[in-house]
Amino acid sequence: MSNYKMHILVCGGTGCRASQSHEIVEVFKAELKAHNLENDAQVVTTGCFGFCEKGPIVKIIPDNTFYTQVTPSDCTEIVLEHILKGRKVNRLLYEDPKTQSHVEDSKHMDFYKKQLRIALRNCGFIDPENIHEYIARDGYAALGKVLSEMTASSAIDEIKKSGLRGRGGGGFPTGLKWEIASKFKSDQKYVVCNADEGDPGAFMDRSILEGDPHSVIEAMAICGYCIGATKGLVYIRAEYPLAITRLKIAIEQARNFGLLGNDIMGSGFSFDIELRYGAGAFVCGEETALIHSMEGKRGEPTVKPPYPAEKGYLGKPTNVNNVETFASIPVIILKGSEWFASIGTERSKGTKVFALAGKINNVGLIEVPMGITLREIIYEIGGGIKDGKKFKAVQTGGPSGGCLTEKHLDTPIDYDNLTAAGSMMGSGGMIVMDEDDCMVSVAKFYLDFSVEESCGKCSPCRIGNKRLHEMLEKITSGKGTVEDLDYLQNLSKVIKDTALCGLGQTSPNPVLSTLEHFYEEYLIHVKERRCPAGRCKELRLYSINPDLCTGCTACTKACPVGAIEGEKRQPHIIHEEKCIRCGACYAKCKFTAINVQ
Amino acid sequence: MNKIKSLDDLRRIKQDLAGGMNIREKSNSPESLVQIRVAMATCGIASGARNVMNTLIEKIEKDKIPAIVTQGGCMGYCYAEPTVEVKKPGEDPVVFSFVNEKVAIDILEKYVLKGELIDGILPVNYRTIEQK
Repeated sequence: MSNYKMHILVCGGTGCRASQSHEIVEVFKAELKAHNLENDAQVVTTGCFGFCEKGPIVKIIPDNTFYTQVTPSDCTEIVLEHILKGRKVNRLLYEDPKTQSHVEDSKHMDFYKKQLRIALRNCGFIDPENIHEYIARDGYAALGKVLSEMTASSAIDEIKKSGLRGRGGGGFPTGLKWEIASKFKSDQKYVVCNADEGDPGAFMDRSILEGDPHSVIEAMAICGYCIGATKGLVYIRAEYPLAITRLKIAIEQARNFGLLGNDIMGSGFSFDIELRYGAGAFVCGEETALIHSMEGKRGEPTVKPPYPAEKGYLGKPTNVNNVETFASIPVIILKGSEWFASIGTERSKGTKVFALAGKINNVGLIEVPMGITLREIIYEIGGGIKDGKKFKAVQTGGPSGGCLTEKHLDTPIDYDNLTAAGSMMGSGGMIVMDEDDCMVSVAKFYLDFSVEESCGKCSPCRIGNKRLHEMLEKITSGKGTVEDLDYLQNLSKVIKDTALCGLGQTSPNPVLSTLEHFYEEYLIHVKERRCPAGRCKELRLYSINPDLCTGCTACTKACPVGAIEGEKRQPHIIHEEKCIRCGACYAKCKFTAINVQ
Repeated sequence: MNKIKSLDDLRRIKQDLAGGMNIREKSNSPESLVQIRVAMATCGIASGARNVMNTLIEKIEKDKIPAIVTQGGCMGYCYAEPTVEVKKPGEDPVVFSFVNEKVAIDILEKYVLKGELIDGILPVNYRTIEQK
């Protein structure tokens, strides 16, 4: 048995790897060897810790010391001071933004205090490329339990009773989905894992596959047993090379252990998994489009019904679930549906992973119980708004979702409350915006994405979104009218009601929700031709403060259209009608005499 | 590695593998465990703290004692090294002085498991950050 006194956990997620975490691992190993400590401390590459803001992360076990922004050159000091002498390296500890003091260990970090990790239970804890560590944490025990002690229908019942709903965004009850798929008779059925994570700013599926691939493999096998499928397919985007590598390693290991393949654990049940790569089209996150893409056809959705549960991959009954949904399954089987159902709200059980991004102090990946408030997420876990600015809104659900504002800060977050507030759970992206963000531009940004990603099959989505985008462009460039706002609203509703698939039906949501919560801001854009946040370039007003202007003529020379006039050593003026709002004068002025409105 | 042929097989393998993960599992909930901190400053190491720590870890592993061993820096008791601080859940920490391998076993068997005090306890004259 190993006799390591300490474990050095180094984050090997995509984010931290980008900042050389794999080199850190090598340096640690070399340093330990050089100081004869290789039998005392074990270096482990783990999945994502979630605290991506301050990566690369190094965590020392057993004292839970949490080092942030570690560089390869810091490793020697950590080994000599911490591993050898037990003295923490203070300068690398996380600094609490509120108290400005160093936090000794992760248990005392606000970021982790309110989190409850179920789907992320192994991320940042085990080595994802080592099946031993997964098995040591009760890995594959849920599969074993289902195969040897439960019938398919009792396992489905357990999932139904747990209240687990689809984590990809739709929120369809998972147990029910399995039950429907199990009822259809066929010689071949399929289990598909949807790892086509496409929302801008969402990276929970990638992190789970990178940090704990075995949990998804185990859950897919459980699902296979429940619905009567022997084949599993993971549809993953080709842009996730690290997740693909780790998944491949995990599948290979599971096969070697007889946990995938024929006659798993002597039960007579056989199951195997293959990968299918996506080219990163947003629409392929939609079940039917995803299935078509896997079949080698164009990634276009088709009308449901028939649902994939009846006619899916190659026309056979197919059950599609999201990565995060699968990752929750083994724990539910082991700990029981009652335990899971005791977490969360009336109609949304368990936990949800959110990717925090935008103007927030602690950017990263968090998992919280359903029913937590936005205030707790933003101000406690997220550490508040960057640079002490004022909170304006948070965008949830990506391009299909909407904005939540100050008045929603104390609403418990679950599927139904988010929908009632005009947004949606989506896959769990949360983009925080402050007073400097223009909500019209935000809506335009998401529309931009939807226009780009529309597959073009149905006209409401293909043409409607394009028109919406043009209208927003008109407003942000100062040419909009009050009538345009009604037009936006009407067209949005038409698209919502008539588009073929989830992408089109939800793409006007960012427009509708910003119109609802920030109508004033739209009005100022069209009536006063002004952008209160100062984001819309074409609505900026440049003027010169005569008290600060020294008449140095630097701006006159910088202006490409000759809009600035003035005598030498006399205050200059900008002719508004000539100004093209390029900002060249602002950049050139050494006396901060140029005002931007 | 042989294939896993049954649930019992899996459980056996899990038992074998769990040891390597023990330290991480325990660090997940340190507050519910007996926390033992060995002072591992230069003076501590010079007077044998490393052996004490190894003894503690081996004994805890072997007897499955619900305790976690961490190393601390200099606590200021240089005259009494090696020193070991033991904090049971919900109790004040107790510091043992002049700990050698035999005393280390005594600490575990007598104080940690049975609650009996042994010789060599130093009066606590400091407060930790948690007590603030």
